[in-house]
Amino acid sequence: MKLKSLAFALAISAALTGPALATDLRIGIGEDPDALDPDQSRTFVGEVIFAAMCDKLVNITPDLTIIPQLATDWNWSGDGTELTMDLRKGVTFQDGTPFNAQAVVDNIDRSQHLPESRRKSELTSVKSVEAAGEYQVKFNLSAPDATLLATLAARSGAMMSPTAFKKDGLDFANHPVCAGPFEFKSRVQQDRIVLQKYPGYWDADKIKVDTVTYLPIPDATVRLANLRSGDLDIIERVAPTDAQSVKDDPSLTYADAPGIGYQGLTININNGTGAGNPFAKSNLLRQAFSLSIDRDALNQVVFNGAYTPGNQPASPKSPWYDQDLPVPARDVAKAEALMKQAGVDRVDLQLTVPNNPQSMQLAQVIQSMVAESGFKLNIKATEFATMLAAQTAGDYQADLVGWSGYVDPDANLNPFVTCNGGINDSKYCDPALDKLMQAGRASTDPAARKKAYDAARVILDRDLPLIYLYHPTWIWAMGKKVTGFVPYPDGLIRLEGVSKS
Amino acid sequence: MTTMAAELHGVVEAPPSENRTWKKLRSNRSALFGFAIVFFFVAIAALAPVLPIPDPTATNWGLVRKAPSAAHWLGTDELGRDLLSRMVWGAQASLLAGVVSVFITVAIGVPIGLVAGYFGGWLDQIISRVTDALLATPFLILAIALAAFLGPSLTNAMLAIGLSAMPIFIRLTRGQVLAVKTEDYVEGARAIGLGHFRIIMRYILPNVFSPILVQSTLSIAVAIIAEASLSFLGLGQQPPAPSWGSMLNVAKDFLEQAPWMAMWPGIAIFLVVIGFNLLGDGLRDALDPRETE
Amino acid sequence: MLRYIGKRLLIAIPTLILISIFVFSLQKLLPGDPALVMAGEERDPKVIEYIREKYRFNDPLPYQYFYWVNGVVHGDFGMSLRTNQPVLTLIEQKLPVTIQLALMSMILALLIGIPTGILSAVKKGTVVDYIANIVALSGLSIPNFWLGIMLILLVSVRLHWLPASGYVSPFVDPWRSFATMLMPSFVLGSAISSAFMRHTRSAMLSVLKSDYVRTARAKGLTETIVVLKHAFRNALIPIVTLGALIFGELLAGAVLTEQIFTIPGFGKLIVDAVFNRDYSVVQGMVLCTAVAFIVMNLVADVLYVVLNPRLRDTL
Repeated sequence: MKLKSLAFALAISAALTGPALATDLRIGIGEDPDALDPDQSRTFVGEVIFAAMCDKLVNITPDLTIIPQLATDWNWSGDGTELTMDLRKGVTFQDGTPFNAQAVVDNIDRSQHLPESRRKSELTSVKSVEAAGEYQVKFNLSAPDATLLATLAARSGAMMSPTAFKKDGLDFANHPVCAGPFEFKSRVQQDRIVLQKYPGYWDADKIKVDTVTYLPIPDATVRLANLRSGDLDIIERVAPTDAQSVKDDPSLTYADAPGIGYQGLTININNGTGAGNPFAKSNLLRQAFSLSIDRDALNQVVFNGAYTPGNQPASPKSPWYDQDLPVPARDVAKAEALMKQAGVDRVDLQLTVPNNPQSMQLAQVIQSMVAESGFKLNIKATEFATMLAAQTAGDYQADLVGWSGYVDPDANLNPFVTCNGGINDSKYCDPALDKLMQAGRASTDPAARKKAYDAARVILDRDLPLIYLYHPTWIWAMGKKVTGFVPYPDGLIRLEGVSKS
Repeated sequence: MTTMAAELHGVVEAPPSENRTWKKLRSNRSALFGFAIVFFFVAIAALAPVLPIPDPTATNWGLVRKAPSAAHWLGTDELGRDLLSRMVWGAQASLLAGVVSVFITVAIGVPIGLVAGYFGGWLDQIISRVTDALLATPFLILAIALAAFLGPSLTNAMLAIGLSAMPIFIRLTRGQVLAVKTEDYVEGARAIGLGHFRIIMRYILPNVFSPILVQSTLSIAVAIIAEASLSFLGLGQQPPAPSWGSMLNVAKDFLEQAPWMAMWPGIAIFLVVIGFNLLGDGLRDALDPRETE
Repeated sequence: MLRYIGKRLLIAIPTLILISIFVFSLQKLLPGDPALVMAGEERDPKVIEYIREKYRFNDPLPYQYFYWVNGVVHGDFGMSLRTNQPVLTLIEQKLPVTIQLALMSMILALLIGIPTGILSAVKKGTVVDYIANIVALSGLSIPNFWLGIMLILLVSVRLHWLPASGYVSPFVDPWRSFATMLMPSFVLGSAISSAFMRHTRSAMLSVLKSDYVRTARAKGLTETIVVLKHAFRNALIPIVTLGALIFGELLAGAVLTEQIFTIPGFGKLIVDAVFNRDYSVVQGMVLCTAVAFIVMNLVADVLYVVLNPRLRDTL
């Protein structure tokens, strides 16, 4: 008893007389990330950590313009096959290794050639990278690729210390070293990831907290309760149904940003055993299906209206959205007419759904809506790995799939719909569409690109290998002590300027 | 230690006749109360198709998560469906999941436990090791494998739940048999040349009955709740058809906004469990040879 | 007795081999391709093939099994496919957490379950009995997630008495460690205590009516001594069985409770590993929980003998 009170007194006096307490920012995240290695990472939540730990060659603004980060300036060659970047001087990685052109070359080389790298497909257009000077690199492309800059604003552009990854190889993931504002301190899987301020950061003035602790808390209700109890400072992915109560709570601050991702149905058009049914064969039926869905009501019912109804990979708020093809209103009469035209009055369809409550709810709303036009939707809940294997193998009719989204429009469409697209599990293929998608990538002029994508949209809107439903809104909540948080449409938490009093 | 033998000897007086058991059960008020509760839920489950309630799958976008009212006595759920109707229809799936899976477990687990405990030796070793293996395998793996191979259905969910609860029954039975089988009256029965089957049925089984009954009535609750996690793996009741477990599972996301969504299935499970437990207690008392009026 | 335990531990080795073979064959039984899950959106066939080769998914199962056993014997449980962390590190990190949670829940459950069970049996048919039963059965029927979330909302958010989540090692800060574990162990313990209560009650009812207890009473012993010393000891068999089983189950992890209170134990790790088809983690963890079940089974068997020494010859 005596000992305890003594210890207590000591602790108090230490707190009173010691230096100002280090500020620790505690962030509740939705899942536990996978490997903390930008080249191996495959989860969205991993990117959330990298945003604090690993600076990228370029960054984005909240309105999705590409801005300098580790590269200060860049130029495209006239034919669009060469990208020259000037690099920031005086930057060091968190282990003291200097950042220079050779470091960039080594990084891109690793992303392209590490056997386990998940960045290979994004960098296929890069033929070679060379150091054009101590602080200048040149990317040589096999064909013009306007998407490259956006790619370099994400994990492919995240710079890791070559000293560290050459020494550690794959083990890099267990003690990553980058050039961002916070360096890796410790990780206990499913418990926490702790980062601490890197004193040598090139933009150290903007960093106002000493340590950041990320705590994976999968349940949104529990995440919010932890924020309310003061155990957390910021939480990501607040449930849309909780948005109002966060706004009403005087002790909390609400923030949101319209996301660049989407949720939709992937239809098996021509992939293995799951294809061959009337729905796969007739685009009229797919049009009828799409018309049977009341996207507004769906958004209201499942998300309290917090999301954005959509019918394209880009949200209606995006500059890439094709305004000539607006979100269709529900039209059961027209849907029935289309079905008649296709020669059927009833369609049985199996919809595979990931096994979480929200997806199940969504599926049941759709089931109920399309039933009126004559679609009998059979919902099949499946856990992720089974669903993925079945989808790749073509053992499905329609899947409910979400995509967290990339900055460049090409990355949100090309892999899914082009004949050789990496994630084209519906095996939809139309050479005319491929040509347009190619044109969209070839030019660096946004207007020319938009024209190509709009033309592609007309084809896709007719054939509907994917039926888009809505675009999630990223929602964050934080305690009143936290200031300076800026929401970004990519859903990441950037800590520059964030402080805690 | 002779004291223990004496006490256990007492347990094995002649088991009461069926007639007496019934009489005792009928005169036991709390057992009757338990029976009434169980009967009530079984009745509404059976009568679901004829009761004047709305379609449990009829959605209404204008009535999402509404509190109980005159039109919807128990309120509405996340898709505007009538909760009273879903509770009634859900009773079918949940009672089936609870009762059938426990029945499967008892029907297979208790004989295995009897054999393991009574014969001992290598047979016991094998049964115990396999039980260990079964226990060490995560339930989830079993469920995913079953969902993949047998396909989604309520029956397969009951099978999965039944299989996973089996080790408890095997071990409970075995432990109890071990305690009884060294007793003088069992030795005596063996000495006069009674067959194993007769000994087990007449002298061993009545003594292991009590913990099995308690565990069975407890397992019903666990099974009803487990059905819900299975429906998320593609086993169990498939949406939009309701079950209490899956209703609870959905309600989890709305504990603050719509607490009634969790409340009704919670209360129903509680009542069913109380009902079965009271009934079980009554049965235990009625079968206990020493219990007198 | 020591010889018996030694013999049993030797017998455990074939059990572990049996279990590990069983778990290994799951790789073939479960649908889903681990390489595909691990590759994520990167569908470059070369990457997927590389992952398959690297983790020997292309090898025949017996070969894979041999490599794995060889590793385990040398203290190498392989690497997590998902995070590149050694499985042994994961076990080392999570084992103390899981043991602490299991112990605290178990102690709590026994402290609540057994006294109420005895009381309820002694006062059978009275108001005390009814209340004890209703409380116990509600502990069983209340879903863990509901109780957990309600406790967080009440105790942490409203009253600020205990932290809502986050694990602290008892070696770092014993008091805080206890405080963070209190709510989760209560949630787990309350459900378990109802099983203990019901079994204690039922076993006590059988024993209290026996000649043996009647004799003890007749000898003029006080009721408390009769109940606690003579009757209870003989009612222990089902409680020992159940306790050993439940403790083994607790050591295998409690997914929902861990998830709600963000406790980095075995349960959530195994579930995530199964969903991600992170087989090296699944295999390592299952081996651990198998050891736990074998040990608990042994403990139960030894306790049977302690309670009934005549069994020694038969075991």
